[in-house]
Amino acid sequence: MTRELAGPEVAEAIRQRFPDAVLEEASGWVMIEPQSLAPVAAFLRDDPELDCKYLISITGVDYIDHFEVVYHLASLTRNHMLVLKTRPADRENPEVPSVALIWRGANLQEREVYDLMGIRFSGHPDLRRILLWEGYAGHPLRKDFLNLPGGFKPGLPRFPGVGAEA
Amino acid sequence: MPDVTTEPLVVNFGPQHPSTHGVFRMRVTLDGERITDVDMVVGYLHRSMEKLAEERTYIQNIPFTDRMDYLSAMSNNLAYCLAVEKLAGIEVPERADYIRVIMAELQRIANHAMAIGAYTNDIGTYFTPLMYMFREREKVLDLFEMTCGARLTTNYIRIGGVAFDLPPEFLPALRRLLDEMPERIQEYSDLLLENEIILARSRGTGVLPADLAINASMSGPMLRASGVAWDLRKADPYCVYDRMQFDIPVGVNGDNYDRLVVRLEELKQSVRIIEQAVEQLPGGPVKVNVPLAMRPPAGEAYARIEAPKGELGFYLVSDGGPTPYRFKIRAPSLINLSVLKELLVGGTIADAIITLGNIDIVLGEVDR
Repeated sequence: MTRELAGPEVAEAIRQRFPDAVLEEASGWVMIEPQSLAPVAAFLRDDPELDCKYLISITGVDYIDHFEVVYHLASLTRNHMLVLKTRPADRENPEVPSVALIWRGANLQEREVYDLMGIRFSGHPDLRRILLWEGYAGHPLRKDFLNLPGGFKPGLPRFPGVGAEA
Repeated sequence: MPDVTTEPLVVNFGPQHPSTHGVFRMRVTLDGERITDVDMVVGYLHRSMEKLAEERTYIQNIPFTDRMDYLSAMSNNLAYCLAVEKLAGIEVPERADYIRVIMAELQRIANHAMAIGAYTNDIGTYFTPLMYMFREREKVLDLFEMTCGARLTTNYIRIGGVAFDLPPEFLPALRRLLDEMPERIQEYSDLLLENEIILARSRGTGVLPADLAINASMSGPMLRASGVAWDLRKADPYCVYDRMQFDIPVGVNGDNYDRLVVRLEELKQSVRIIEQAVEQLPGGPVKVNVPLAMRPPAGEAYARIEAPKGELGFYLVSDGGPTPYRFKIRAPSLINLSVLKELLVGGTIADAIITLGNIDIVLGEVDR
């Protein structure tokens, strides 16, 4: 069974090497500041205890007042996984460092996050849109996509009787 | 003799290419017959599934998932339902877990039959092996039709279990399929694995070393053919896989041939697993009641399965409302394309086709 490393455990390991990198920690994840993302990612990959040689996925999440980029990492030899998060400082012009040179598998996934969420990855070797065509206006997975007034969301009517307030 | 000058030639493969299940365009730069650069263009099938899912309830989202990888719809349903169950803390009845294992393994048989058949088709066998493979695939689809009425985009696995119990004619029909499978798999091994053309075209083409496979997040047969014995059914068991005896087939060279062998071996292991699951199949309910508009507590969950193509994961974020706040799919087909350039550059045009076919992508899942 894959062990899901607890946030404080990972945060402690990161703090020993990078005292200022950790912003926040919860039971299931660690939030680090974007400037130290690349060295922390390389540390997580190469440290023999953590050994996160395998990048499972990269996800962008729009929390309306800020973005989060979520990295799921795993070790195939030690069979554990951990969740690393980072928060681009600026909602208007979000940017985090790329990890595509640390994990080859990040290349397409960062392009996807950039395409759908609009988060730029500095240092990415080939940051282009991947699913939508060049010149498509906006980034559809943002919560304010289409920017309807009055808090209305685009989309079809909801399941009868629920969710009107959500 | 006048000076001969050459210049690189850019060739578009696709968007409609018969070696891909779906619409996929590859821009290949050629120097003579050798490939010097590859760029992939996807998105033709993009349906913004992740955005749509944010507008619908958790249960309404199940049918979206089987339209991603439409050649293994059951596995997609399963991965999504596991993620919702993890998010909401739902326990599934034991019988449902066994039925899920049977369905997931049947789906693996159907998917690999298609993958192997299409691959040999790309090599130039035309349709004979593909038609043979369809014989087994059709029987699996008959079994799906018995349980849920659909053959391709099945929608059988539900949050909290499965939709219906197995019909009485299911297990006898499954038994007949299981009895003939070993003979069929042997037939395919004899037909394909020592065929001179397949050996000549598959060995040493599309080579993927193990360290690159791990670094590039490969999963499924792509990873195992490179010699990495990593299978989530063993490493991170879900449902009742921890009660099953089976082996993880691995390759040595990580080339097209090894991936073919790994898929054929996985057919055998799937038959083994189904036999054990049928034998141990307990009675009892197949579903727990879940409210139609369920509201999982705020939080996040990531659940993953070993889908036929590799690690299929769903990362769900809930804000406590009736719809997912964020619905992210970790699609093996997209991520397995990460090494397309490494696999193709240096090879010939002819090898590019079969290597692309051998990655076993479904574009519905690449584009979502």
